[in-house]
Amino acid sequence: MISVQACLDGILLGILFALIAYGMALQWGVMNIINIAQGDLVILGGYIAYFMYLYGIHPAWGVIVSPIIMYFVGIAIYKLVINKVVDRDLFISILATFGISILFMQLMNFAFGADVVLANSDYGTTMLFNSNVVLPNSKIFSAFISILFAICLVIYMKKSKLGRAIRATAQNSRAAKILGVDTEKVYAATFGINAALCGVAGALISITFTIHPYMGLPYTIRSFMIVIVAGLGNLPGVAMSGMGLGVFEEFADYILGTEFRIGSVFLLLVLILVYRRFKLSRKREYLK
Amino acid sequence: MKINKIIISFVSAVVILLSTSVVSFAKVVGDKIILGAAISLTGKYSSNGVHTQNGYNMAVDRINNMGGVKVGGKTYKFDIIYYDDESNPKRAAQLAERLISQDGVEFMLGPYSSGLTKAIAPVTEKYGVPMVEANGASRSLFTKGYKYLFAVLAPANLYLDVAIDLAVEKNNGKGVSVAMAFEQDAFSQDVRLGVLDAIKRTGSKKVIDDKLPKELNDMAATLVKVKQMKPDVLVVSGHTKGALTAIRQISEMKVDVPMLAMTHCDAAKLSKQHGKNSQYALCASQWHKTLTYKDKFFKDGMTYDADFTKEFGYAPPYQAAESSAALLVFKDAFERANSFDQKKVRDALAATNMQTFYGNIKFAPGGQNVDKPMVLFQVMCDDGGKCENKVVAPTKWASAKLIHPIPSWSKR
Repeated sequence: MISVQACLDGILLGILFALIAYGMALQWGVMNIINIAQGDLVILGGYIAYFMYLYGIHPAWGVIVSPIIMYFVGIAIYKLVINKVVDRDLFISILATFGISILFMQLMNFAFGADVVLANSDYGTTMLFNSNVVLPNSKIFSAFISILFAICLVIYMKKSKLGRAIRATAQNSRAAKILGVDTEKVYAATFGINAALCGVAGALISITFTIHPYMGLPYTIRSFMIVIVAGLGNLPGVAMSGMGLGVFEEFADYILGTEFRIGSVFLLLVLILVYRRFKLSRKREYLK
Repeated sequence: MKINKIIISFVSAVVILLSTSVVSFAKVVGDKIILGAAISLTGKYSSNGVHTQNGYNMAVDRINNMGGVKVGGKTYKFDIIYYDDESNPKRAAQLAERLISQDGVEFMLGPYSSGLTKAIAPVTEKYGVPMVEANGASRSLFTKGYKYLFAVLAPANLYLDVAIDLAVEKNNGKGVSVAMAFEQDAFSQDVRLGVLDAIKRTGSKKVIDDKLPKELNDMAATLVKVKQMKPDVLVVSGHTKGALTAIRQISEMKVDVPMLAMTHCDAAKLSKQHGKNSQYALCASQWHKTLTYKDKFFKDGMTYDADFTKEFGYAPPYQAAESSAALLVFKDAFERANSFDQKKVRDALAATNMQTFYGNIKFAPGGQNVDKPMVLFQVMCDDGGKCENKVVAPTKWASAKLIHPIPSWSKR
């Protein structure tokens, strides 16, 4: 039963992380920007849900309110900073978003205080297999909402005009521009959508875990890892890699011990990268 | 040439002005004893940094209003120069250096947290500046042979060993099985060492010994192990994050343990954030308002609690109470030393043996307070969902009877 519990815990955790990684992959693919402030956007989204909870509104409504607010926050960040670094070297964008991350941490600390907080959903618990497997409903809710948003986004990207423009820009921004796509608008929308996804994830994290102004970085690192494993532009891959890493992490915890949990995930990442390189080198063709 | 002369005169004037201002900031000016403190007013420790500052300020006002400090037949008043260390150890060490070498401070108050105290202690030690600190409990602070560091609080290894003793007592003196989950930081690992000592001393056994990551936000894997192993006691220490995460997931996963003991419940505002779900949790605390220690400045814990709440608008956490106690210790040491000589004040501090509203204070050679036990309170809630922290151990200070074993979730 422990393995069933570990599997389900890992999958539920992984789906939530995959949602954050999904936004990162989208924006990385379209704009070639690695957003170090990704985790801080998540935490800001969490605070929106938390404040709703403080004012007596159920924090689950945060999954609607938070992305709307965060979309505009994303657009504002794009207009103020990102549009100046979007076509520059990747290193410049890392530096710029690192700066945004520090700014956000300090602003959130200043505005919301340094206390660790959470929003109680009172969703109860689901017991399976004669109470041997226990799943908090808040985690099930988080996974369900994450999947819902991911599906909606995939459909939107396929069917809508903006979605097609985003995909075209990701494939070749110059060609898209020549064919009449307003890439500036596409970039802004992409960053806004990423921030909105972070908002949803943040609201879910405030219900499932805890939030604190300085807790963003682990979410950035985790989503970065998921995207690296999945590869850019591979959205189903992001979901699979999120869940896979979640399950691997839980099993590493049971088998090796909690202290090796994070370490083993990083080890897996290194192994995957080495394997990829090995695979690529075999495919390499030489001109004779 | 004329411009050069003007520049030279300007620079000289600034240098003279600065040098006089340094002198004017020296340790004792007129009737003022100036203490220095680097406090986390911004950054991740800012909440507790503010509690620390409020505790210091409250004691300064109280001592100054009640006659000040009498040294050499003259009455002096306390004053504190604060700098914001931004919750950053490097910055804290720089500020300590600045307080001592630029501002001329000769006596220091501690910052918030073990980490920052660890950063400052080598600096105060280098300059021979006595420092009374109230918020650094890590055992490693007291094993380095520091001569000028004095801590009014009990060291971290004593935080949760009381809980093991209590569980053994409830088990008719027989050893118990203990599940441990501790964050991988200096403080929590010190708490762990204390628990390990208690396990060995009482013939108990550890069944789980998990080291939680610093970015701790999920303890589900540990709790599944707890459900499988069914230990007699579960001890958790991971700052406020650890306390909040543990209660959330224990209640969600319906983990039944006869005893749950943790740290940082106060700072995490457990009963406020989790309500009835936090019921029955045992929490280690340096101080509680119901303890009956007394002094002439703050009378007792209840009076301190009322006065602090009136002044700052919130009930004092133990971080504020111990910070106030640090000032009482300094006052007592100055008066006994009857001098502002740093060595004499240091020796007077080392010989401290007094009672404050916060507890008895007597320093071991390492600088830790050995005369004040930790207390354990238990979160108890009424039917209306209003929760209160009540002291249950040590028995001498208990204001309520320990509820043990914790009722299972199905019966709550």
